[in-house]
Amino acid sequence: MTQITPEIVAQHGLKPEEYELVLQIMGREPNLTELGIFSVMWSEHCSYKSSKKWLKTLPTEAPWVICGPGENAGVVDIGDGQAAIFKMESHNHPSYIEPYQGAATGVGGILRDVFTMGARPVANVNALRFGEPSHPKTRHLVAGVVAGIGGYGNCVGVPTIAGQTSFHSSYNGNILVNAMTVGLAEKDNIFYSAAAGVGNAVVYFGSKTGRDGIHGATMASAEFSEDAEEKRPTVQVGDPFTEKLLIEACLELMATDAIVAIQDMGAAGLTSSSFEMASKGGLGIEMDLDKVPMREEGMSAYEIMLSESQERMLMVLKPGREEIARRIMEKWELDFAIVGRLTETGRMVLRRHGEIVADLPIDPLAKAAPEYDRPWVPSTKRPVVKTEDVPAKPVDEALKTLIGCPDLASKRWIWEQYDHMVMGDTTHRPGGDAGVVRVHGTRKALAVTTDCTPRYVLADPQEGGRQAVAEAYRNLCAVGARPLAVTDNLNFGNPEKPEIMGQIVEAIRGMGQACEDLDFPVVSGNVSLYNETNGQPIDPTPQIGALGLIEDISKSTSLPFKKAGQVIIKIGETKGWLGASLYLREVCGREEGAPPPVALHRERRAGEFVREQIQAGIVTACHDVSDGGILVAVAEMAMASGIGAKLHAPATLPAHAWAFGEDQGRYILTVEESDAAALMEAAQEYDLSVRIIGTTGGDSVELDGVGVAVSELRKINEGWMPQYMGATEIVA
Amino acid sequence: MKAAVIVFPGSNCDRDVAVALKASMGHMPLMVWHRDTELPLLDLIVVPGGFSYGDYLRSGAMAAHSPIMREVKTRAEQGVPVLGICNGFQILTEAGLLPGALMRNAGLKFICRDVGLTVEHSDSIFTAKYEAGQSLRIPVAHHDGNYFADEETLNRIEGNGQVAFRYAENINGSARNIAGVYNEKRNVLGMMPHPERLADPELGGTDGKPMFDALVEALS
Repeated sequence: MTQITPEIVAQHGLKPEEYELVLQIMGREPNLTELGIFSVMWSEHCSYKSSKKWLKTLPTEAPWVICGPGENAGVVDIGDGQAAIFKMESHNHPSYIEPYQGAATGVGGILRDVFTMGARPVANVNALRFGEPSHPKTRHLVAGVVAGIGGYGNCVGVPTIAGQTSFHSSYNGNILVNAMTVGLAEKDNIFYSAAAGVGNAVVYFGSKTGRDGIHGATMASAEFSEDAEEKRPTVQVGDPFTEKLLIEACLELMATDAIVAIQDMGAAGLTSSSFEMASKGGLGIEMDLDKVPMREEGMSAYEIMLSESQERMLMVLKPGREEIARRIMEKWELDFAIVGRLTETGRMVLRRHGEIVADLPIDPLAKAAPEYDRPWVPSTKRPVVKTEDVPAKPVDEALKTLIGCPDLASKRWIWEQYDHMVMGDTTHRPGGDAGVVRVHGTRKALAVTTDCTPRYVLADPQEGGRQAVAEAYRNLCAVGARPLAVTDNLNFGNPEKPEIMGQIVEAIRGMGQACEDLDFPVVSGNVSLYNETNGQPIDPTPQIGALGLIEDISKSTSLPFKKAGQVIIKIGETKGWLGASLYLREVCGREEGAPPPVALHRERRAGEFVREQIQAGIVTACHDVSDGGILVAVAEMAMASGIGAKLHAPATLPAHAWAFGEDQGRYILTVEESDAAALMEAAQEYDLSVRIIGTTGGDSVELDGVGVAVSELRKINEGWMPQYMGATEIVA
Repeated sequence: MKAAVIVFPGSNCDRDVAVALKASMGHMPLMVWHRDTELPLLDLIVVPGGFSYGDYLRSGAMAAHSPIMREVKTRAEQGVPVLGICNGFQILTEAGLLPGALMRNAGLKFICRDVGLTVEHSDSIFTAKYEAGQSLRIPVAHHDGNYFADEETLNRIEGNGQVAFRYAENINGSARNIAGVYNEKRNVLGMMPHPERLADPELGGTDGKPMFDALVEALS
């Protein structure tokens, strides 16, 4: 038997004091398999040990929340006996090392989290952060990640309907790949992971277990150094075909009355799935690892328990239902094996070749994971940049620079590689404020968006946290959806550094305030820490994924202008805030200043007002104002439709501040001229700042006579990404 | 009218085409599992899009050898209309029901977008509600849509009027811009674009609907 040395303990990512706790819990020295199990269960990735204290402060409840954080995914009520189930999860570390498989298995993992609970996945969304375009690895990572997401999502047949992609040098050594899935279930047929019923069969099904991905969770809980590539063998390989079979098989089995509890094998594989089920049910499990379907011979207990092979599930069946389950798995050509039984001992007992190879108490491992109150320091607030200190560049030139910059350039090159129409319910395709899919067979629809502005979060984590939630809220309102709930994906650097921990604490505080004030609870989430390479952290990125409900799809709106001669109205106050703006960064080359403040009560009123007007059927187009300000928002509406706009700025502000300031809480709407007066009046009742800023029509986007042709804007906006990726048009 | 949609492991547009058929036909088609070996009397067989067998080996290659395909071939030879969409088109070429093959897109990437198509002629039960030369907007979503056949075959199918649709713009490297082909008797049609995806105004267009309407009118 291997002697457990301090080196072995360190290789397993356990701190000496954590190992002391292991010894206390075990009452003896663990063997290697047991140590491996502790190591993955207590990894940051699985235990949230640095963030738990703060995550607990987030609001998680609302009358429509059926299940908040703690299960595989969050569940919200969407009426008519139906529920939407959703979550976002990161696959950052593996995607940097092996972009195709890293991203593909990220999609696979989040899909499983959702269908494990009884939902048919109906939409995928992703948020991608890459290094600066000039970095030698960026192009390769973009190509691999996009192909991986497409390769997996397209094959399983779930549309990828929205996303966010940006580029910044802080991600040069740590890209972010955050994937979200939304699924639909019957409210009274939702499946949870708490095991029950001593003696019930513990069943393994799906793909076979191989040696891939061993210690993935531990890898995702450490900083990278120069040798990151050497970690390639810890990245798993995805098989979307098996995933598709798994979806169909699970849903077919879930329609029978056979399952007590079910859990997918994600990070830390068989270990975390079995411990979680047993711990939630307050029971023990005895497993015979010889029964686990294996891809290769001679696998040790250690390897079987720590493998992160994909497309695998664990469930507890009701007595006598084994044959029904076996028949369904056989139909779908999936492996099926009864690997153990539930016991009342509260212990995990594992056998291999007839001998007990591990015997561990479940609760102390699952529930007594170390929880840290890590020291943190408040972030240094950046000074407010005064408008008069920001140089005024010609508005037309600045507009062209902005809509052609990597963050605002069209991401068509990306989303045309994703099947965004399969399942036949996508009413709002990618490129708008939110993707929208109808709830199959009904008039209802789900709107989905993902948002975060890392430069704001870096400048002021609390304000940035508020802004991320507020922008998601706005994007849902802009299509006419009632915001229901959010999932968060907290991507940060090394939490052992007090300044990084400070970003985490303050960003969560800001998010919590926004969720509270907007009645927009957090129902699921994921934390990805240690996103650092050679001590360089990423910009703090608390990515928000959000879900909204449209009661009647005919009462929604979209971003493109619909016709010429309509009135363009701006909702929300414009002060010309240029600090931390894209104008400041892209046009003036300055990354500085405090971010625009978010007034949550106004945000909420504006959202409610916009939704009410969309419901009333008078809004012909709607877009939120975010990166790049009013002129960029209007240009996007023009480019999407081919219809131009003539705008007039008030004389009270410099043109560049009015056009490109990033004040929050704003929307651009269009209405028929005859509806404008009523809308203006209604806005005043909501105590909202409202202003007619121009009319649609013509071939260019003009501000007080200075304009750019829509065709030229399109060329610039559509040109950057294909050109950067070196795409050549195909010759017939 | 009685229609069937064949479902392979990995099919993922089976429901979509069933919904489009229902909208034209008034009732759901029969969903037939690939392991079945017999089909009831049918007026139309649809081989749907998706990733049968994960596209492993070669798109459509494994599904073409599924038990049900023997029966599909027999019916096709008897003159029952067969429509293969996307992966269904790949399966029909692999099964030898249609000439040519679908290779990886020339740009090597998956493409999902609306494309312009030209209807070659309206002289088939699939295109009776279109005009010859009519332009359509129909989405594609494929990685392997690059139609290939040798020159002789291409000349022959052109001569026989077996080209059903051409791309307005060559998006994937297809020989002579071919987007869809018939068999000689024109009762079997394979096409890469997805007419079922634009057969409902809420999804952004209805250029695909006349195909289903035409089938229903001819076969009811």
